[in-house]
Amino acid sequence: MQAGELAARSRGRTAPTDISNPSYFHKVVDCQWACPTHTPVPEYIRLIAQGRYAAAYMLNWESNVFPGILGRVCDRPCEPACRRGRVEEKPVAICRLKRVAADYKGEIDAFMPDIPSAKNGKRIALVGAGPASLTVARDLMPLGYSCVLFEKDAKGGGLMRTNIPSFRLPATVLDEEIDRILAFGVEPRFGHEIKSLEALLQEGFDAVFIGTGAPKGKDLNVPGRTQARANVHIGIDWLTSVAFEHVHTIGRRVVIIGGGNTAMDCCRTALRLGGMDVRVTVRSPRRVMKASPWEIEDAEHEGIPIFDNHSPKEFLLDKGRLAGVRFQKMREVGVDRSGRPKLEPTGEEVVFECDDVLMAIGQENSFPWIERNIGIEFDEWHMPKVDNTTMMSTRAGVFFGGDAAWGPENIIWAVAHGHQAALSIDLMCHGKDLANERPKSSSSRFSQKMGIHEWSYKNDYAPLNRVAMPHADKAQSLRNLKVEVELGYDDKLAFKEAERCLNCDVQTVFSAPLCIECDACMDICPVDCINFIDNEDEPALREHLRVPAHNKTQDLYVSTPLKTGRIMAKDEDVCLHCGLCAERCPTGAWDMQKFMYVEAQAAQACLTHHNAYLR
Amino acid sequence: MSYIAKPSAHHPALPKNALGLTHRDYEGTMSTLCAGCGHDSITAALIEACFEMDLPAHRIAKVSGIGCSSKAPTYFLSRSHGFNSVHGRMPSITTGANLANRDLVYIGVSGDGDTASIGLGQFCHAIRRRVNMTYIVMNNGCYGLTKGQFSATNDKTSPSKKGDANPFEAIDLCQMAIQLGAGFVARSFSGDKAQLIPLLKAAISYWGFAFLDVVSPCVTFNNHPTSTKSYDYVRAHNMAVDQLDFIEEKEEITAHYAEGTSVSVTMHDGSRLVLHKLDQQHDPRDADAAIMAIRSNAAKGRVATGLLYVNETQQDMHDILATDARALNSVPMAELCPGVKALEAINARLR
Repeated sequence: MQAGELAARSRGRTAPTDISNPSYFHKVVDCQWACPTHTPVPEYIRLIAQGRYAAAYMLNWESNVFPGILGRVCDRPCEPACRRGRVEEKPVAICRLKRVAADYKGEIDAFMPDIPSAKNGKRIALVGAGPASLTVARDLMPLGYSCVLFEKDAKGGGLMRTNIPSFRLPATVLDEEIDRILAFGVEPRFGHEIKSLEALLQEGFDAVFIGTGAPKGKDLNVPGRTQARANVHIGIDWLTSVAFEHVHTIGRRVVIIGGGNTAMDCCRTALRLGGMDVRVTVRSPRRVMKASPWEIEDAEHEGIPIFDNHSPKEFLLDKGRLAGVRFQKMREVGVDRSGRPKLEPTGEEVVFECDDVLMAIGQENSFPWIERNIGIEFDEWHMPKVDNTTMMSTRAGVFFGGDAAWGPENIIWAVAHGHQAALSIDLMCHGKDLANERPKSSSSRFSQKMGIHEWSYKNDYAPLNRVAMPHADKAQSLRNLKVEVELGYDDKLAFKEAERCLNCDVQTVFSAPLCIECDACMDICPVDCINFIDNEDEPALREHLRVPAHNKTQDLYVSTPLKTGRIMAKDEDVCLHCGLCAERCPTGAWDMQKFMYVEAQAAQACLTHHNAYLR
Repeated sequence: MSYIAKPSAHHPALPKNALGLTHRDYEGTMSTLCAGCGHDSITAALIEACFEMDLPAHRIAKVSGIGCSSKAPTYFLSRSHGFNSVHGRMPSITTGANLANRDLVYIGVSGDGDTASIGLGQFCHAIRRRVNMTYIVMNNGCYGLTKGQFSATNDKTSPSKKGDANPFEAIDLCQMAIQLGAGFVARSFSGDKAQLIPLLKAAISYWGFAFLDVVSPCVTFNNHPTSTKSYDYVRAHNMAVDQLDFIEEKEEITAHYAEGTSVSVTMHDGSRLVLHKLDQQHDPRDADAAIMAIRSNAAKGRVATGLLYVNETQQDMHDILATDARALNSVPMAELCPGVKALEAINARLR
């Protein structure tokens, strides 16, 4: 054996990609992969483009339960993941398209699952009527369970109702989607606060699900806090009071402390309740503000200034009344190990005079009502120990989900937790093992070829700018708390935006035995992601592609050896899914196949539209 | 062919050459050839070669005749000069263009029908005149545009797709080119870009007549199991005589071969060819040996590929004719067209 050959052998090999593993192609659908409930985004966007809004809504409802709510206020983990954002500047406006499905869906009662009139005899207690508990109820009711929903407030919705102001999420949208679940026969106990879990457990429920959120707003202990308490409010408590119409006004000058989404909601609400000079102050630099970029944008659009690097130092009083806040200005001095900026005081101080302060500096969990001696273990941060697959606590039959499980997250995570908890409850009530007998997710692939050069999806890529969201007239919306600011896309704008979706679920599937290595696919690929190359270990292979594959979060699709001994290696990163490789392939070695992934849920009856694709 | 156009979007990390261009900037319009056609691969190799050589597209002229191959110039270098001429007449058009402007890079694209049949005489005389050009034959052994009849380069042993025998012997264009005095003669395969791209770069920088015969399977009519111009056959019978490193003047030589196994050739423009000999008997500077290598491989059913022959010191047409060094478009009008009096003086001289 020659030296060169030896060296080649020692270089190692990248194993061929196992495309029978559903995770491989699922990961290529970046939006769906990023969504905690794995909503099939490209599929519903195609339905929207076709004007099939009810079908698009149902596909969403089956995955994420609250399409109308989430279509307005979701945290949108799908959008930063969107492949279009890597090819062009801005991702597809997935969230806003979801709202289109909700706005134009029409009548959908006929699509709702049947609720058995004969119950299965199992009674489930749901504590807190937020998105997590409501999801558990939706998943269990079609199976014949009896669900009792306990809520301390007068209406359901949890933080969706109390903490999100109605100019972002109208009460009608909230009521519609919550009532749809309650109409399944859930037994609501509104205004009923659970004060003792032990007492609840004694009522003999078959399972208890705790979805009480993270209801405690953090406080700030700086000088003057106690004396100024009449005009220093905890953000989420204040928003709740506004939501239930206990509070109607605020002072003329308002200072918000904090840079998250709650801070954005506080400042915009303050503006609508009579605030004339509303300012947001953040301790850290602007680029690490926790609020979603679009929420910051909306606040600034309404004329609210954001002062970053302002650390609150003291509440100032005048005749026993809050008169202002003194800030220490900060400056960035490098970053710490986790990449967060390190700050130090500049020595410069400023005073913002104000009538009211709203503090939105984070939320905490609080479980004073859970006895510590009933088998539910808590960790050193006073959080319950919860299994992250089954959602069960250390006491059998008691489950946690949403913000109550691992601290503040968001609505879509709460829904995902609810689905998993419902699955566990159903398994448990059937005497099955929660982990080992858990149903697996399913997937299917189906060729999209309809004829020569004909595909059953629109593959013609065009560079298109993201469609801007029309807003209500500022003069009107700033005066009325209940006027929704975002007007939503109409059908024409929705179609335009839907056309930006790259259809990443239509997968490039390669068959090595059919390939004659004519290079046609490699030559035509507009983004140079296809390679015919000698096999090496993955780091070397990534480096030696036509365009090196430096985005390691994206997989390489590696074929079995071809006739010449080389392999086909495709970098999935910026593939446009245009299908030109399949069009140019003379032997059909490339095919465009629609990949459908369906996450397992407790109630098959809630997956009618999903399962239609798997048949 | 495809109905949707190749999107303009490209990989955000696409490399750029010295001119700040990506290889996408060297593309042409969408190919209308059959899916999997070898010609599209040669087109892609040409795009890559021009990109890597930092050639400005507006200093290139692409000329072709008639046929599938001659459609190909539309599919690369859309910002270059082009002339799609009459069947078999590409060599004359290129000769004329080169006489008028010697400063452009001339890429002639022809096929086996265009060159070995209707244009055979033109082919011979362009070589005889040492036109400074790169003459590429996209050779698929059949008339793809008219339903796949045998062309003059189809091997006698290679029947048609339906099984009809080929009654005539094939013309070997590389042997002819060497005999007629082409200074650079190479053969390659559309399915082997690692070999084809350096050969194209060397041919483009060669001063004099450079001939490149590229076996390019016709997926529609001549890629069947009994064809000798199919992807499978050429891969199985490809006998590369050497491996070429084309080194531009600005680059350093990085590959090192053992003594006696490589030949280095310095080109007119200062670039170098380093040929790693795979066949120890072969010396690409010896025309007789080159013809022998082609013939002896062919006798064994093998296709000799690589740089078969190179004449290090060829004079081109302009050197031989001692023409004005300037392109005609840069000669002042008064000099180019000196007027009636000058004409009368010339006529008077001849009376």
